[in-house]
Formats: sequence, structure tokens, C-alpha cells
Amino acid sequence: MRVALFITCVNDTLFPGTGKAVVSLLRRLGCEVDFPAAQTCCGQMHVNTGYREEGVRLARHFTEVFSGYDAVVAPSGSCAAMVREQYPKLVRPGSRGAAAIGEVAPKVYELSEFLIDVLKVEDVGAYFPHRVTYHPTCHSLRGLRLGDRPARLLSHVRGLELVPLPAAEECCGFGGTFAVKNPAVSAAMGADKVRNVLGTGAEVLCAADNSCLMHIGGTLNRQKAGVRIMHLAEILATTEATG
Amino acid sequence: MSGTFLGMPGNFPKNAEKAVQDSQLRFNLRKATHTIRGKRASVVDELPDWQELRAAGKAIKDETLRHLDRYLVQLEDAVTGAGGHVHWARDAAEANRIVTGLVKATGESEVVKVKSMATQEIGLNEALAEHGITAYETDLAELIVQLGDDFPSHILVPAIHRNRAEIREIFLDKMAETPEGLTDEPAALAEAARLHLRERFLRSKVAISGANFMVAETGTLVVLESEGNGRMCLTLPETLISVVGIEKLLPSWRDLEVFLQLLPRSSTGERMNPYTSMWTGATEGQDFHLVLLDNGRTDVLADEVGRQALRCIRCSACLNVCPVYERAGGHAYGSVYPGPIGAILTPQLRGMGSELDASLPYASSLCGACYDVCPVAIDIPEVLVDLRAKAPHGRAERAGMRVAGWVLGNEVRLAKAQRLATRFRKLVPRRLPGPLSAWTDTRDLPEIPEESFRDWWERHERP
Amino acid sequence: MSAREEILGRIRQAVRDAPEVGIPRGYRTAARVDDLVGLFAERVDDYRAIVHVLPSAEVPAKIAELVRGRRMVVPDGLPEEWAGEAERAGGSLADLDAAGGVVTGCAVAIAETGTIVLDAGPGQGTRAQTLVPDYHLCVVRADQIVAGVPEAVARLDPARPLTWISGPSATSDIELNRVEGVHGPRTLEVIVST
Repeated sequence: MRVALFITCVNDTLFPGTGKAVVSLLRRLGCEVDFPAAQTCCGQMHVNTGYREEGVRLARHFTEVFSGYDAVVAPSGSCAAMVREQYPKLVRPGSRGAAAIGEVAPKVYELSEFLIDVLKVEDVGAYFPHRVTYHPTCHSLRGLRLGDRPARLLSHVRGLELVPLPAAEECCGFGGTFAVKNPAVSAAMGADKVRNVLGTGAEVLCAADNSCLMHIGGTLNRQKAGVRIMHLAEILATTEATG
Repeated sequence: MSGTFLGMPGNFPKNAEKAVQDSQLRFNLRKATHTIRGKRASVVDELPDWQELRAAGKAIKDETLRHLDRYLVQLEDAVTGAGGHVHWARDAAEANRIVTGLVKATGESEVVKVKSMATQEIGLNEALAEHGITAYETDLAELIVQLGDDFPSHILVPAIHRNRAEIREIFLDKMAETPEGLTDEPAALAEAARLHLRERFLRSKVAISGANFMVAETGTLVVLESEGNGRMCLTLPETLISVVGIEKLLPSWRDLEVFLQLLPRSSTGERMNPYTSMWTGATEGQDFHLVLLDNGRTDVLADEVGRQALRCIRCSACLNVCPVYERAGGHAYGSVYPGPIGAILTPQLRGMGSELDASLPYASSLCGACYDVCPVAIDIPEVLVDLRAKAPHGRAERAGMRVAGWVLGNEVRLAKAQRLATRFRKLVPRRLPGPLSAWTDTRDLPEIPEESFRDWWERHERP
Repeated sequence: MSAREEILGRIRQAVRDAPEVGIPRGYRTAARVDDLVGLFAERVDDYRAIVHVLPSAEVPAKIAELVRGRRMVVPDGLPEEWAGEAERAGGSLADLDAAGGVVTGCAVAIAETGTIVLDAGPGQGTRAQTLVPDYHLCVVRADQIVAGVPEAVARLDPARPLTWISGPSATSDIELNRVEGVHGPRTLEVIVST
């Protein structure tokens, strides 16, 4: 199967390792991976901060770049949710833009959805002998309704001990520009999330969204807490040969 | 309540910053919201048809709003036919004028009140006070707020920010008489409130209420409560004045079968609240007046996206599950409607002319927990995002977002910006200046990698 | 223009392009409950009300036992055998306040929610009569119990004043902990007559 990787602007710029992990994982599972070079950003930051005009322009660019693929895979629940859930609300029903979005949006998958629903695999042959806790992230949980898909994937990783995260469903406090517009509340939410993470005794905090991990990880680092953050793709890409 | 929220200074982030540092408040809110969250979840899970009820509730309210004119006229006919009097108020001032006039006509200078969001919204108690009429709040939490000269901070439990020890202090301080040796046991505090209000209930001639629902078909008003103060006010006085927002309608009697399941379970987390009163027109010899209140609701109704906020039945489930409300508390929202629903309702009812009101659509991380628990499926994040597009934006932010949009608008510009960041990656300070310090005050920045993903792909993978 | 005309006009203007709505009623309107009496009793008990389930023949004796020594409010139309030999309270508000309790029947009861509904019909009293006394003894006939809220709403007459009662008066206003006993009757005792 030929799939397009939608890396997302945050991963592209700050977390290239996640993109490399997706590429190696998908190839290992027999996919042909393409990276449409014209891609930039889904527009979520602009739309959710109230800059709809810029956001719509980015959304139009996205639909042009990714039309024609069987599947578009994004290592971000938030950006996938943006395309699938919010794009349709940006355009008038029945317009040309709506038609273009209707064509592309249903083919956009978050990584764990793509693995389980499209490739029908739960055991991706990964090896990661560490104690891991998983934060489900809001847009994965309540936007895309990923449910236990990430946990199912992690449960098949050899050597991995998955410890449940208390109050996992609670927002970490990132929320895009919320983190800088409401820094006190954001930090308070982050502090509670970090306390829960530390309580698990995990070595690694995993999630399907690097933006949330950047916020929680930034707080962990500031506290010198000694817990690593890792994107789901990076754990799933690790094998006995590479790890 | 001692004052109104109108014209409150500040903005949400600043108000919240203060609240976040108040450890007692944080403790009180966390304890209370987590208790009610658990209760709600267990009684909602008990019903196999919750999602069907929720879908029906949403549609019934949408139908009401679609033909609100017709249903209001139908309601008016039914109430009038049953011996009640109906008044219409365009705004707060008009509603206050009507109610003041009705109370004055009775010759009374004291009224008892059942907890009502609508009368708080219009500042009725203050308006009555200006005319020498004293309004006594009878709901326990309202009483705590009124005695403590405080502001409500929650829709269902206005004194949620107070714990039992603080409530005991307020009672000892402000009640004329308290039972000897009053402890901070909730049962003892409830008993003190019973004694404090008993005589007043028995002698009051005028009561003022709101309503949870009005049924257009039959002219029936419905009030849900727990303590019995509602029954006291609705039943005993000779004159009853109900001030109700025009959106509180339901088309038919049958529709109550949906809302009497949705509301108690979402609100207090009970299968049913202790008392629900329903009356139609003048009942058991009472003089009954209904004041229908617009006060900005028709403006909300005109907004295609925002009008769904008028489906709200004031259950407060969204407050109880909101991580922002839990940490900021209700006062930070500067409105009688706090929490997620307040963040979409207040800016629509009041406009976004003040700094505070313009900051409310941003008082959310868009986590979506509110939408999940809303019994009438108000997509609060959707309305928040829509309001953000209409909110005034600061000049620096606007410029920054425009530049970001320009860079992200094209892959060549993005790649150049990434390479620039990469080149100076070792020079990024640990603490950023200006507005971005909001990030680095509490969080480290991620390290900028040696190479962006697209440059890596370009070097290694391009066929 | 009157406020009425202005508000109605603003509404018409606001919704003129809004879509029409269909109401899906996929929820349960006739819930299947095997043991209505048992479920009702269990749910009433959950509210910390007192519940007795008795064959109808034993009800008068139970009432007599419960009201002995109390000055009771006995509403018009209450079956004589339920009124017992209790001393009868007068009808003024002061009398109600001084009374030892009130004994009533009901219009309908709901098993799933443990709710009793009074409609001020015969034997149910005025709203003040069931509110002011501190003790409410309510007799529910088994055939008055329906499974869920929709069945109850269908049986009730909106023209009558209705009071839905689910347990004794209570509040959750202090730290969201439920405490029984505020302004309404602090004790609710229910006899289910089978």
C-alpha cells in the first residue's frame, strides 16, 4: 500500500525522530511511504486561536497536497482530528472546498488507527524493555476516539511493561496557544499530570502527540524528574536489532 | 449576592493566576468537582439509553429554538388561560422594573427567593434593594454566598469554593442566631440554615423564582431542587413571580420524560433530585406572574454556531469535568455563568467589549471533556473556536500569527525558517523574552534538532 | 412596539434560515422491570428514606403503629383505614408547623428513580400539607408503581399541581456531600401496599 506521511509542522521542525520512526515502522510492515514535500501545516494553531482566514488557507493547501493518496498517516492525534473533525466546519456545505475536504479527510489516519484499522496489525514486532506509561491526549481520546488502540499496540511490544496512568483522561494543559495565553492554569494542569506520571514509576511517558509531550516533557525536564518522553511511533519502531 | 459581576475588571488569565495560587480554593474545588464527577458517571452509566436521551434532548431544544416565537405565544395562552399573568422583558432593566412593580403592588418589602440564574444575571436583588425591598436567598449555597457578601462561583453550588469550616465561620458571623455549639458537620450547618429560614418561609407573602422548564403545550412551569426551600417559596406565599429566560421552553408535556432524566443525573449526580414542583398558572389560590426574559438571548439565537448554547439546561456537568474550571474557580470567569458554558454564553450575552469578556473564549484548552458530558450535546469547543475568530486580537499577536501563516503557507519558506532555527539552535536561551516567557517560566524548551525531518528526507530518501 | 412584539420579531428574524428539526425518540419509553416493587423499595431506600413492603391487609395496623402519639395532618379523601386513630392536626400554617407529620397516598410512583408523585388529588393533601410537617408517611399501592420516568409523565395530569418526591429533603451544597434534612420533611417513610 502506498501511503503519504503527513509529518505535521511540529514534528517536522522539532521532532524529526518521530517522522523517521514512522517511516521505518511502516516500511517494516510493507508499506510504500511517500513524503509529499509541499506539505506544511494543517492550520490548527491559526483556527483554534481565532485566525480563521490563515487557517483556511493552510487547510486548502493541505487538501491540495494530499489529494489522490489511498491513505494519509499522521503521527499526531491532534492534527488528524483537525483535518477530520474541524475541516468540514470551515467550509460551506456543498461548496467546492467542502467537496475537496470530503475527498481527503476520511483518508487521514492517526498512526495507531492506521495500524489497527487499515493494516490490521497489533503486533508490529517491536522490542522495548522498559516501564512505560501512556497519556492518551484529548484529541486522540475525545476527538478521534482512539480508545484502546495505542494500548493494544503497546501490549504486544516485547519487554515493555505498561503501567496505567492515574487520571489519564485529564488534559495535560497544553492546548496549543492556551499554554501561553493562560500560563498559570496550563502550568497547574501540567503539574498535576506530571505528579501522576511520576507516581507510576515509569521510565518513559508515551503519547501519540508530540505537542502534549513537549509540554509535559518540558515540565519534567525543568523538574529534572528523570522521565523520558517518547512518541508512540518511536517505541513501535524499536526492534531488537535497532534497540 | 452583594454585587453584580457586570463591569468586573481584569481578564481571565490574570484572575485565574490568583486563584491557582490559593491552595485552599484549589483543594476545595478539586474535592468537590471530583466527588460530583464520580457520582454523575455512575448514575449515567446506569441508563442503557443515555445517548438516545441525549440525542432527543438536543433535538427537542433545537426544535424549541427553531420555532421559539410560536411556542412562546402558545405558552402565554396556556398560562393566561390558567389564571396566570405573563410579562415580557427585553432586557435586565425592563425585567427588574416589572418585578419591582409587582412586588410594590403587594405592599410587601421582603421577598423570599428560590435559587435562579436568570435573576442573578439581571441583578434583581440589587434592583429590588434600590427600591427598599429586601430579597432573601433561601437555597443553602445562595444563603452562604449572600451572608458571606460573596460572589457565586458555580451554577449548581454557588458556594462550591467554600469548605465546611469557612461556612461555619460565615454562619457564626452573620446569622442572628445559630444553634449553640455549632460544629462544621454538614448536617449541623444544614440544621442551622433550617432554623434561620423557617419563620421567614411561614410568614413571607411574596416569592421570586426562576424555572428549569416551561411547557408550551400546557403552560406548566417546572422547578427542580433538593432542600425544600423551593417548595416553600413556590407554595406558601400569596404571590409568586417567576423570571424565566425565553429559551427555557419545551414544546410538549411529553418532553419532560427526557429532561427529568437528563437533568438530575447530569447535575447532582442523582437518579432524581429530592423535589420537583410543577404548576400551571395560578395554583391553589396564588397570584402568579411569569416574566419572560430576553436580555441578549435573541442575539445568541441569531448566531448559527453560537445558538446551540441556548440548549443549555444549567446542569453544570461541564463545570464539574473541566480541568480549567477546577483550577481557576468560578470567580475568574467574572459572570454568573462560569466554566465552559459560561465561556461561550457570557461573551454572547454581553458581547466581547470588555477585556474580561474577550478573554473568556480562550479560557479553555479545548480538551473536549465538556462536550462529552453535556446532556444536550452542546459542542462547546466548536463554539469557543468560533468565538475566538470573532474576538478582538492584540496587534502584536495578530502580526505574529500573520507571519506564522506566511511562513507555513509554503514549503520553501518553512524549510528556510527551519534551517535558520537549526543554525542558531545553540543560541536559544533557556528563558525566552516577552510573551513567550509564558512557556519557559515553568517548562523547558525542546532542543532544536540538527536537521528538520524534511531536510533529512531530502538527503536520504528522495528517489 | 411592545416588548412582546419586539422579542417575537427578533426571534423570527434570528431563526429564519435555521433548519427544521426532527426529534429522534430512541430512548426507552416502556422499560422492562421484573420486580417493580422490589426495585422501587431499593431505590427509595438509597435516598435514606424508610421503606416497608406489606400486604394491603397489614397496612392500616402499620400506619397506626407509626403515627401513634403524633398529631397528624390527614388530608381530605384519605381512606379511613389509613387515617388510623391519630390525633388530627388543624389546617392553619401554624398547625401544620406544629403537626407531628402527614400521611398521604400518591398519584404514581417510579421504580427506576425511587420517586413518588403527588398531584393534590384525594388523600394527597395540598402542597403545604405535605411540605410543612417534618414527617411524611406515604402509602404507595403496588399498582401505582411504573418502571420509568416516561411512564409516569404519561400518567400525570399537567393541570394539577405536581410534587415529585425522591427521598427526604437534602442538600449537597457543602462540599457536594449529600446531607438529608433541610427545609422539607426530614423524614420520609414509605409503605408499599401489595
